[in-house]
Amino acid sequence: MKIIVCIKQVPDTNEVKLDPKTGTLIRDGVPSIINPDDKSGLEAALRLKDQKGAHVTVISMGPPQADAALREALAMGVDRAILLTDRAFGGADTWATSTTLAGAIKKMDYDLIITGRQAIDGDTAQVGPQIAEHLNLPQVSYVEGMEVDGQHFIFKRMFEDGYHRIKVKRPCLITTLQEMNEPRYMKVGGIFDAYREKEVEIMTLADIDVNLEHIGLKGSPTKVKKSFTKGVKSAGKVYELAPKEAADLIVDKLKEKFII
Amino acid sequence: MDINAYKGVWVFAEQREGVLQKVSLELLGKGRELAETLGVSVTAVLLGDQVKDLAQELIYFGADEVLLAEDAMLKLYSTEPYTKVFSRLVKERKPEIVLFGATALGRDLAPRVSARVHTGLTADCTSLDIDEETKNLLQTRPAFGGNIMATIICPDFRPQMSTVRPGVMIKLERDESRQGEIITCPTDLEPADMNVEIIEVVKETKEKINIEDASVLVSGGRGLSNKENFVILDGLAKQLKGIVSGSRAVVDAGWIERDRQVGQTGKTVRPGLYVACGISGAIQHLAGMEESDYIVAINKNASAPIFDVADLGIIGDVNKIVPALEEALKQAKLKEA
Amino acid sequence: MDFNLSKEYIMLQRMYQEFAETEVKPLAEEVDETEEFPVETVKKLARYGFMGIPFPKEFGGEGGDVLAYAMAVEELSKVCATTGVIVSAHTSLCATPIYEFGTPAQKEKYLVPLAKGEKLGAFGLTEANAGTDASSQQTTADLEGDEYVLNGSKIFITNAGYADTYVVMAMTDKTKGNKGISAFIVEKDTPGFTIGKKEAKMGIRGSATCELIFENCRIPKDNLLGTEGKGFRIAMQTLDGGRIGIASQALGIAAGALEQTVNYVKERKQFGKPIAAFQNTQFQLADMNTKVEAARLLVYKAAVQKQNKMPYSKEAAMAKLYAAEVAMEVTTKAVQLHGGYGYTREYPVERMMRDAKITEIYEGTSEVQKMVIAAHLLK
Repeated sequence: MKIIVCIKQVPDTNEVKLDPKTGTLIRDGVPSIINPDDKSGLEAALRLKDQKGAHVTVISMGPPQADAALREALAMGVDRAILLTDRAFGGADTWATSTTLAGAIKKMDYDLIITGRQAIDGDTAQVGPQIAEHLNLPQVSYVEGMEVDGQHFIFKRMFEDGYHRIKVKRPCLITTLQEMNEPRYMKVGGIFDAYREKEVEIMTLADIDVNLEHIGLKGSPTKVKKSFTKGVKSAGKVYELAPKEAADLIVDKLKEKFII
Repeated sequence: MDINAYKGVWVFAEQREGVLQKVSLELLGKGRELAETLGVSVTAVLLGDQVKDLAQELIYFGADEVLLAEDAMLKLYSTEPYTKVFSRLVKERKPEIVLFGATALGRDLAPRVSARVHTGLTADCTSLDIDEETKNLLQTRPAFGGNIMATIICPDFRPQMSTVRPGVMIKLERDESRQGEIITCPTDLEPADMNVEIIEVVKETKEKINIEDASVLVSGGRGLSNKENFVILDGLAKQLKGIVSGSRAVVDAGWIERDRQVGQTGKTVRPGLYVACGISGAIQHLAGMEESDYIVAINKNASAPIFDVADLGIIGDVNKIVPALEEALKQAKLKEA
Repeated sequence: MDFNLSKEYIMLQRMYQEFAETEVKPLAEEVDETEEFPVETVKKLARYGFMGIPFPKEFGGEGGDVLAYAMAVEELSKVCATTGVIVSAHTSLCATPIYEFGTPAQKEKYLVPLAKGEKLGAFGLTEANAGTDASSQQTTADLEGDEYVLNGSKIFITNAGYADTYVVMAMTDKTKGNKGISAFIVEKDTPGFTIGKKEAKMGIRGSATCELIFENCRIPKDNLLGTEGKGFRIAMQTLDGGRIGIASQALGIAAGALEQTVNYVKERKQFGKPIAAFQNTQFQLADMNTKVEAARLLVYKAAVQKQNKMPYSKEAAMAKLYAAEVAMEVTTKAVQLHGGYGYTREYPVERMMRDAKITEIYEGTSEVQKMVIAAHLLK
């Protein structure tokens, strides 16, 4: 069985702070991590490697620094790591990103493609399904459990109020939830291997099958018009009110903040 | 692509087991507003099996027309049959805007459709507007873990597609006098389109007890006076769809289990909403919750440190305010429903 | 000369930290409170390669080096000094002498499972009347046919009772003093070998510290490590290396206490402002940080010297002497800066201060380290 796991290196958004004076994001010193949903997908693949001898390839589209995320995957135990990097890929939205990744994956053998449901820096949940469409594969998203059944997989596909168990023939694509498992740590020896014995293969525009018009900023249907911060957080207002008025005020504020 | 050939606002009417999802009605409300700005009509797209009855409801909630596609293969949601039918309708009828609820279903279908019809899709929008000059849809969404907001446009492709966060848009009052047209559309599905097999459908109402995963925490402290009083938090938590947690003092006093303790010696939490009820805010406690997105503090002591980290502070008797708040939330919900 | 860690060490450090934060830290308080050996943690440590870091892969190790090992003990000790010493005693005092002095057969039989973490190791040198004066060994080993017969007892043995493999020193020839000491590999459950009383300790309370008792304990002749009479040299060289482990533990305790304190002073308010705003706090923290960093440089240097097969006995002694003193000083200051809370078990600095003390004592007291350093200086 051959599995391809798509991972993204993301800033740990839990560690991102706002500058209290300017209200802008402080990105310096924010650690880069493997996106949590992707890491659970990676763990799911590694368990199939442990149990069924699956061959696991991990691929990441990103800048050269994404090398560290791929080395981490190698240290966790994947067989092959590919960095898909080229200036031409920059500025891509989900449509162009999925097109680029599909262009690379097209050239590879696989029974299962795994992506995380969504990345914590974008939260779009779009790249997985869009890759599936570009590759004309069945997709199952929001996966929290999986079994192998001969040439089929059975996935536990979560909804807000329950789940479906879905049987799919290979090959297919799934998007995984962080809740699916607890990813393993890297192994000490795995880290040495990742840097001293193994390689991260580089793929560039020249190596993939893609229409130049469909990648990067130019190939992106959506554009960012502007971005802004929600404002500086500081100690809020304190009111002294009768119970009823206080309750109404809280309800109004929660509505204002879309909390209820 | 001649973008001027695309007209009208579409809303994907998400139904599951014959029940319309609330977000779809919210989107009809927003869709109407956008359509009126643009001078076009609002279309609800309803896919399912024997769901005709819902079409009329969609009109009552603001749709000018309903595209109804019924097929046994559309009974339960499955990506390919839904994508095929929806994408074909988009290609044939060319809407300029398509809105989906950002649900576990909508976020599966929308990207697949956007890839098939080759257009942009913006996820999880919290605000939608029309640019006065260009008439483009301005799609605003949180990004970077909610730390920043971004406004996204899709200027050169149509339709402009968005998924929208449930609970953000306001639905219209149900109005039985509203008129609209129901158009039945062929699905043209073939057996091969069902490329997966749904072997089991399970309903479950999950009750989370891991306070670290909760999006809403109602947390109690010694200000609640005693164990008997502490239970008033349960009702409030229920209204807010949250769970109850507590300070070290109340855990030590046995009012609540230890696995629900917030603070340096308990758990560090970061919910979307943290309601601190009768918690003074010892630093050990603050260290465990100050990163919460929105903090409401209720305490009778005006100089309690909890007010330093609260977004909204109420000075008063927690034992009276909590029941009042529970009631106010109930009323607010009744109004909405 | 480059003081920056290369990419693989940075990644190792991150992995150690993630593991320590998630798997070790949550148990630290309980391990201290209950004095229970963290059996499950040791299994997890084994799974991720912590038990064989500096050994080549052919012997079941991780193919790493002494620096990677020292950093692991440091990161574990930052959150739980008990866990740090378990790894240190296992690696430095048991697996390492077998790796350095064992025959191919001994390495295959004993080092491989130790390095894989399938077996846990311990080391027995100290006796009731032979502490710093290690040459006054009373335990004897007499060759009878194909077997050595061990008699006597060892005290203060880390990992005792939980370890499977013990490297034990005993006199094969009492007339020769130091040169009459030999080293042996003893398996647990060998008839005549029992575990005696467990010590109740001030710190590192989850680490098992017990007596080893040998009563006509017969072990195969093949379990002699090195040759007869070489035991003292093996012990001394082993302790040289062990000091790097303990120095790393001390460094970790100090660094952990500093981290806790930095967080605390930013939150704790007195006179209307965080105590971090007071100059006394700042000066204390500056001293603490400087000393921790100096200790780190000494520890890492000793580790690299050993890895590069350069003389490291003096460096290891300096690292241990200094890191242990820094651990004691920094944890004491940490408690002070925490005020009354620091003296309670609500905050971990209280435990850290108790844990720190042993680093000035075991694997050679600070005074022994000074003897070693001075001897190198004056030779």
